[in-house]
Formats: sequence, C-alpha cells, structure tokens
Amino acid sequence: MAMLSIRQISKRFGAHNALRDASLDLGSGEFFSILGPSGCGKSTLLRILGGFEAPDSGSICLDGKDITRLLPSERPTNMVFQRYALFPHLSVAENVGFSLSLQKKVTASDRRRRIDEALALVAMDGLGERSVQSLSGGQQQRVALARAIICRPRVLLLDEPLSALDLQLRLRMQVELRALQRRLGMTFVFVTHDQGEALSMSDRMAVINGGHIEQVGTPSALYDRPATDFVASFLGTMNRVPVQFHAPCEHSANHVWVELTGGQRLRARWSEGTTMPPSGALVSMLVRPEKMGIREDCHGSTPRMTEAGDELTLSCRVADMAFHGATTQITGQLHDVDISVTATHLNRDGLPVGLGQGSRVRLVVKTEHILIAPDNARN
Amino acid sequence: MEMEGALATVELKRRPRPHAIAYLISLVCYGLMLLPLVAIIFYSFLAPGDASDASQWSFTWDWYQALSHDESILEALTTSLIVAVVASLGSTSIGLLGALALHRSQFSRSELVSGLATLPLALPELVLGLASVIWFGTIGLSLGINSVIIGHITLTTAYVVTVINARLTDFDSAVIDAASDLGATPWQVARRVTIPLLAPAIGAGAMMAFTLSFDDFMISFFTAGVDHDTLPMRIYSMIRFGINREIYALSTVLILLTITGLGVSSWLRRRSI
Ligand SMILES: Nc1ncnc2c1ncn2[C@@H]1O[C@H](COP(=O)(O)OP(=O)(O)O)[C@@H](O)[C@H]1O
Ligand SMILES: [Mg+2]
Repeated sequence: MAMLSIRQISKRFGAHNALRDASLDLGSGEFFSILGPSGCGKSTLLRILGGFEAPDSGSICLDGKDITRLLPSERPTNMVFQRYALFPHLSVAENVGFSLSLQKKVTASDRRRRIDEALALVAMDGLGERSVQSLSGGQQQRVALARAIICRPRVLLLDEPLSALDLQLRLRMQVELRALQRRLGMTFVFVTHDQGEALSMSDRMAVINGGHIEQVGTPSALYDRPATDFVASFLGTMNRVPVQFHAPCEHSANHVWVELTGGQRLRARWSEGTTMPPSGALVSMLVRPEKMGIREDCHGSTPRMTEAGDELTLSCRVADMAFHGATTQITGQLHDVDISVTATHLNRDGLPVGLGQGSRVRLVVKTEHILIAPDNARN
Repeated sequence: MEMEGALATVELKRRPRPHAIAYLISLVCYGLMLLPLVAIIFYSFLAPGDASDASQWSFTWDWYQALSHDESILEALTTSLIVAVVASLGSTSIGLLGALALHRSQFSRSELVSGLATLPLALPELVLGLASVIWFGTIGLSLGINSVIIGHITLTTAYVVTVINARLTDFDSAVIDAASDLGATPWQVARRVTIPLLAPAIGAGAMMAFTLSFDDFMISFFTAGVDHDTLPMRIYSMIRFGINREIYALSTVLILLTITGLGVSSWLRRRSI
C-alpha cells in the first residue's frame, strides 16, 4: 500500500519539458532517493511534491488523499532546501520553532521544549540563541533539518542537502541523516546528483534523465540490473564492447540476440524504452568491470558461450595492471576486436599466477550481467 | 631562480601604471565636481571683506545666525521638512507594495512594466512638473502643500521601487518558500519574513526619497502655488535679488543634509546585502 502516490506528473517550462509522465509509489518510512544529472528535473519534482510548483498534469495522493492542488502550508510535507533557506533575521531557536510560532494553540513552554528536542535530534543542543549567520555550513544544515522535522511531517523532502558540504562532513552527515530517518521512521524523499550518496543511503531510488524516470528499485537492483544504458553508465562504470544486433528474442520480451565476432550468438537483456535497430546494426554490450572474472588463458576459440548460454568467455591481452590494495584492476585489449576493457578483481586470491603486462587471460562474465544498448557513441 | 625573480619584477613593474593613470583621472574628475561645493562651504564661513586677499580672511558663524532669524527661511524649511517627511512616507508605502507586486507577478521580467515604474527617473523633471500642474488643474486640485507632496511622491516612488526591487532580486526567494512550507499564510510570510528582511532596503528607499524631496526644485516650483515656498525655492527667489553670503550658508545646510541622507541610505543598502 503506497503512502505517497505520484501519478503521471508532467511539467513544462516554456518549450522545455522538465518532467514527462513521472510516476512513483513510496511506502511509509522509506528512504527514497531521486538521482540524476544536473538539470534533469529532480528539483522540479520535489517542488511539485512540496506544492511550490503546480504540475501541468498528473496527480499526487498522500495517504489516499489527493493533495495536488494544496498550498505548501496545507501539506503535511516539509522541505530542506538546497541552500538551507534559513531566516537570517531570526535566531537558531526562532528558525527551528518558526512553524510552532504560527500555531496559536502551542504554548510558549511547549514550544521551548519541542525546539530543544528538535535541536537535540540534530546534535545542536544549547546553540538555540546563536544567530544563524554565525553558524558553519554543516551547522546551518542541521538547523534546516531541525526546522523541517519539528512538526513531524508525513514526508520530508530534501533537495541536495549535502552538496554544499565538504567531503568529510558530507560522509558523516550521510550516516547521521540515515540514522535520523530510521529513528523518526519518517518517509524521506532525498534528491541528489551523487550516485554514491544515493546507492549507500537509499532503501529504494529512482534515476531520472531528461525529465523521464528511467528506473526505480533498490540500489543493488539498479546497479546489478540496470534497465537502460543511461542507468548503467550513470551508476558506476561500464565496459562498452561493440557487437552486432541480430534479432529480438522470441521467448522473452526485453531480451535480444546479438552476434559477437566469429559468429558467436549471445542472448542478453535489451535496454528498456529504446527502439531496436535493424538486424546487423552495431550496438553496445555493457559489462561492469567487477562482473568480469579473470582466469588463466586456455586455448580454444573465443568469444564462446557455455552450453546453457549463461556465461560468456572472452580472451584478452593485459596492457596494464594496477594494484589498489583491496582490488586489482587490469586493463586489456580484447583479442579480436581491439577494444580496451577493464576488469576489477577483489584482492589477489584466485588471480592467475604470474599475471602481468602482456599475459593472455580469459574474461568470464555471466550473461545476466550483460546489457545490450543502442550504440550511443555513434550518434 | 634568477629567471623567476626577474620575471616577477617585470610583472610588478608593469601592473601599477594603468592604475596610477586611472587614479589621477578620477582624482581630477572628483576635484572638478566637488570644488564648487567646497567653495560654497568655504564662503559661507568667510567674514565680509576682500575674498581675493588671503591675508584678510577671517571666519564667522554670522551668516548662519542670520539664517536662523530669518522668518521666511524658517518657514520654507518647515514646509520642506513636512513635504519631505510625508512624501517619503507615502512613496515608501506605495513603492514597497509596488516592488512586491512587481516581484511576485510573472510580468515582472517584462521590460515594459519595470520600465514604466521607473519612467519618472528618466523623464526631465521639467516635464514631470509641468505634467503634474496641468493634471492637478484638470482634476481641480488647488495648488499648495498637498500638490507639492503628490508631485514629489510621483518622483520619489520610482526611486523607492528601484531600491527595494534591487534587494528583492538578490534576495533568496527560497526563504519565502520555506516560510510557506512551514505553514505561514501569505500575510504571515510578508509580516514575519519578507518585510523584516527588506527593512534595510525600505529604510534606504525612504532616506533616498526624503533627500530627493528635500532637494527638489523643479516639481515644487510648478506645483507649490503662491505661498508655499520650499527651501530650494526660497534660495532661488533670494538669488534674484543678488547673491549674498546667507545663500552660501543656506546652500551649505542643504549640501550637508543631502550628504547625510545619501550616506545613511547607502549604509542601509549595504547592510542589507
Ligand atoms: N521556474 C523555472 N522556469 C524555467 N525553467 C525552469 C524553472 N525551473 C526549472 N527549470 C528548468 O527545468 C529543468 C529542470 O530543472 P531542475 O528541476 O531544477 O533540475 P535539477 O534539480 O535536476 O538540477 C532545467 O533545465 C531548468 O532550467
Ligand atoms: Mg536541483
């Protein structure tokens, strides 16, 4: 049962389509991230959820009630703004207690108590009398957070709240934010352009590109099984090997047959939402470096498939090998296509003995980890 | 090392030159602009005698004393103060509402609207004064202190709108969103966030309006009717009977008031950023 249900929201700014048919369902208490590059419409979606922007079409339901037309002040949502938007003429406590001070029925002593409690939640105890201008960026961030959660909104909207902080602080705030969300059991909608942030913090996430939601799912699902080329390339890194398109797979939608050099056929997932090219067209085979196992070379023709068609073997000459401590990365030239690929191997156990520059190795990859996508580089 | 040192010296030597010339030019310009004002202030303290002979200079407060006993001047000063206070209050209220409306409406980006709002800044005051007096005649408003005030408000409102609008433009509009997000009605947003944040700009606009009104001659001249001379008008009519040291003293008072007004205005404006 979705608590927040976003149905086919579209928004145009002049000729620019900021959002196209965006639909999402969020559960209660979920930490949900919206990830995408700058300008893809993340803030627009968040501002529509908060009521600062009206969608051209579509609807938003919260707890079964249509809130699409409500003013920001009438919605049980609160927002942490990108640059905090604290009231510079008010003290920390006055900022945090702003919403309470608008409610006649909250007594002054009650307000004091709740402000202290909110400040304690964000580890800002005792700083209530300070002016907000005297605070550091990280402290301002905490005040903005306390101000937004003091009335316990049903949904907290956060617009790139950590992007203005330096790396150290950002990493610490990621952990604290996640802990706060668990403690309050509150639904967070967290907008970010930082894939690491989204992957590490979210229960589920959506990836947006050009106003269009490309994929929704758990971080691991999106990482392991990206539905589109965009999601695949935006999260982590990808090897991109040119192959020939053969035909759609007759048994399962979303799968296609492609042909590798030497006529070897391979069945793998097709990037969702893109039109398939004619047979014989060049497309890309996408594989993550750490999904490629590095094995000793054995003689026999490559590329080749296992009998069951679930594993592909490629042959490669090592051009460079880099040791990163926890991982080892090799860069090599694929045997027959003259394409450079990287493979990442966790620690050194199981690496072929005597592996080094010039060695020939086998790269082994499960077909479930392969995505076939239109050849972007060429258009 | 040698090479680097040499390069650094060249850099250092090359840079200051254009600065020095620009400095000199601006010094000359300011000198030319300010010299007549300095001369007036100087003469206002000079005792009677041959001004061209520096050995006979002696200084006195006499002219200021004479001013403070001159009924007609005190009367004109009172008129000017009343006009300036009322006009600045009026134009600040109208200008604040105008700037807020301009800022809120989608229309605000259109050159036309903001152009119209600030048109009085660009129009010759002569035209503005003439237009006012014709208009007052048409609607049957008798000339007097009221018509001067209305005439001044037309002019000074444009300045107030400009000053407040400038502040609104670099104002983080997210704080307004934040206030309404936290449950504030539009009225509560204005009272508790927008107006407090605009206070310095409002003050700067009011101060600017006061100074402009106090200094204005042309519009007052057209709209004052017969016996409501403002201070600048009083100076003008005194000049027609010849220039005396009292006029220097009076001008000095005006200069100092103007500088104070502008100083306070720009201090407030700087504080708001
Ligand atoms: N008020 C607006 N008027 C015109 N264009 C806008 C407005 N708000 C956003 N846009 C445009 O819509 C697109 C998406 O903006 P936004 O949602 O802020 O992106 P993001 O937050 O993902 O960086 C951008 O191209 C931006 O220029
Ligand atoms: Mg944004």
